Amino acid sequence: MSSATTNPQAGTAAQQELWLRAYRQMVRIRLFEEQVNELYTRALMPGLAHLYSGEEAVAVGICEALTVQDYITSTHRGHGHCLAKGAAPDRMFAELLGKEAGYCRGKGGSMHIADPATGNLGANAIVGGSVGIATGAAFAAKRLGNGRVAICFFGEGALGQGSLYEVMNLAQLWKLPVIYVCENNMYNEYTHFSETTAGTILGRAGAFGLEAAPVDGQDVRAVYEVASRLVKRARAGGGPAFLQADTYRYSGHHVGDINREYYRSKQEEQHWKTDRDPIKLHANWLLEQGYVDAGALDRITSEARTEMEAAVKFAVAAPYPSIDQVDQDVYA
Amino acid sequence: MSEREITFAQAIREALAEEMRRDSRVCIFGEDVAEAGTPFKVLSGLVEEFGSERVLDTPISEAGFTGIGVGAAMTGLRPVVDIMFGDFITLTMDQMVNQAAKAHYMSGGHWRVPMVMRTTLGATRRSAAQHSQSLHAWFSHVPGLKVVLPSTPYDAKGLLKTAIRDENPVVFFEDKMMYKQKGPVPAEDYTIPLGVADVKRSGEDITLVATSSMVQVALGAASLLEKEGISAEVVDPRTTWPLDERTILDSVKKTSRAIVMDEGYGRYGVTAEIAAVIAEGAFYDLDAPVKRMGAMHVPIPFSPPLEDVTVPTEETVFEAARQMCSKS
Repeated sequence: MSSATTNPQAGTAAQQELWLRAYRQMVRIRLFEEQVNELYTRALMPGLAHLYSGEEAVAVGICEALTVQDYITSTHRGHGHCLAKGAAPDRMFAELLGKEAGYCRGKGGSMHIADPATGNLGANAIVGGSVGIATGAAFAAKRLGNGRVAICFFGEGALGQGSLYEVMNLAQLWKLPVIYVCENNMYNEYTHFSETTAGTILGRAGAFGLEAAPVDGQDVRAVYEVASRLVKRARAGGGPAFLQADTYRYSGHHVGDINREYYRSKQEEQHWKTDRDPIKLHANWLLEQGYVDAGALDRITSEARTEMEAAVKFAVAAPYPSIDQVDQDVYA
Repeated sequence: MSEREITFAQAIREALAEEMRRDSRVCIFGEDVAEAGTPFKVLSGLVEEFGSERVLDTPISEAGFTGIGVGAAMTGLRPVVDIMFGDFITLTMDQMVNQAAKAHYMSGGHWRVPMVMRTTLGATRRSAAQHSQSLHAWFSHVPGLKVVLPSTPYDAKGLLKTAIRDENPVVFFEDKMMYKQKGPVPAEDYTIPLGVADVKRSGEDITLVATSSMVQVALGAASLLEKEGISAEVVDPRTTWPLDERTILDSVKKTSRAIVMDEGYGRYGVTAEIAAVIAEGAFYDLDAPVKRMGAMHVPIPFSPPLEDVTVPTEETVFEAARQMCSKS
């Protein structure tokens, strides 16, 4: 089991609270996604959704290192990022169901949740589509001197997009406070990344002189610690960084991708779920440290389940937008 | 007050300088915009006044720095992104069409993208097929974008200042051949609203709806027509979106004939759209079918005699208008 428990602060009350909150956040994301899958299977959700289950430690580890004013950009697989940055599940579910109460008043859906109040510049359904936006937010933060940092989440599939290299080059030239977080879940949709990625992932960021680091994306404490260091560095004017978080997507590319054996084996999936699950790994560590007992962890899970069930109930009951909304907000 | 005359390029530069003095959030980035002041020298002097923090040279990465413009606009700045040649907008399409145009709507009205993209259009500079296109119809097709096509120094300055103050992404197309053209421009602050056409010349017998580079062509044709006893009205929409349909239709209802001129391709283009607006809104007032005149549907050729026949000229417009007026 990997661990990053060398932090001398690990024993303080604040630190205990942080690691418990990280646990709760990961559980909330997992249970949110279970409800999404349920909504899909019960045909209550229009369209599709891309589940984040298995990758929770990345979003949570990063976002715990941020302030609410810091910016994120997210992806089509973005529910975890939104929740970790502070979005409320009821308004997220409402958005997934196309309801007026949703974050985008029902106009965005699963792949476009955006929330200025939590610095969420928006999830993006174009792979690599937000790399410019995140870099631009960092440009504005530097120009305005407001001390904010921008996090650009993307999957390893976005490594195929040329615009990523354009903006990394610019971010380094202009020393922008942006961190590119590559969530390497190993599959570009239905294709293993080894078939699409020449050379090394970190080598690409290194070519531009970015501080580039790998991290075990299943270890929330390791992610948090490296993110804290890179965020602090960026905030202090040290420039951009690139994080390769190795992780795994438990579900298919989207909720409808059920038969996956032509591109990956059930054994491989089982291995990650059994031995490399970020929630289990962190739970075991919390128990080993004696921070909590199993009952306390169960309570966290059951509270999160209640929260998600109530949020779904809210969203299902919420009204659709009125038809006259269709041409509102095309222009500001 | 005596009327001051400056060039189209100076008008653009004045608009930018005045807005940058007025609003510290306005910044410029693009290729060779700082010390070089662009290949057309439109931005000369700006980096000296505003510094390299606000006038930034970028690498040759149109998609990258356009995307940075989108993100910076969402988070508190008012970027003016410079795309050297209109042909290079192809490299920015995802950022403009999927990101800038949709961020406001897709977020339920929560995020705004107050950015301007300045770029160019127009052929006849002997620059061949990849430096001569007029592709403004592409952006005019996309909900969420506004598209501005100034045809005089006066319009250029007033429209650019409005574009910079607008809360939406605005694409501003400048005719490369027009940069040295002079015209009266007040020294004091003024703006021109987007979506308001300008009647550049009044007439009774035929309406020439013309954009950007075609406005001077239309005015030249109108002078030739006058000698034949034909009175042409020249209407310049100034923006393809929002489009001032009212002014166009009022003119056509008065004259009963219309030629729509635009340097973009005619097929599925600006001329097609405006012709359709006229057909829908003034069909029963027409004495002749609406005629479209745009770039010939070929890649712009290099060889001068070939290139020259690809765009409408005073003579071709004159001839078309004369025929249209003689038929009724």
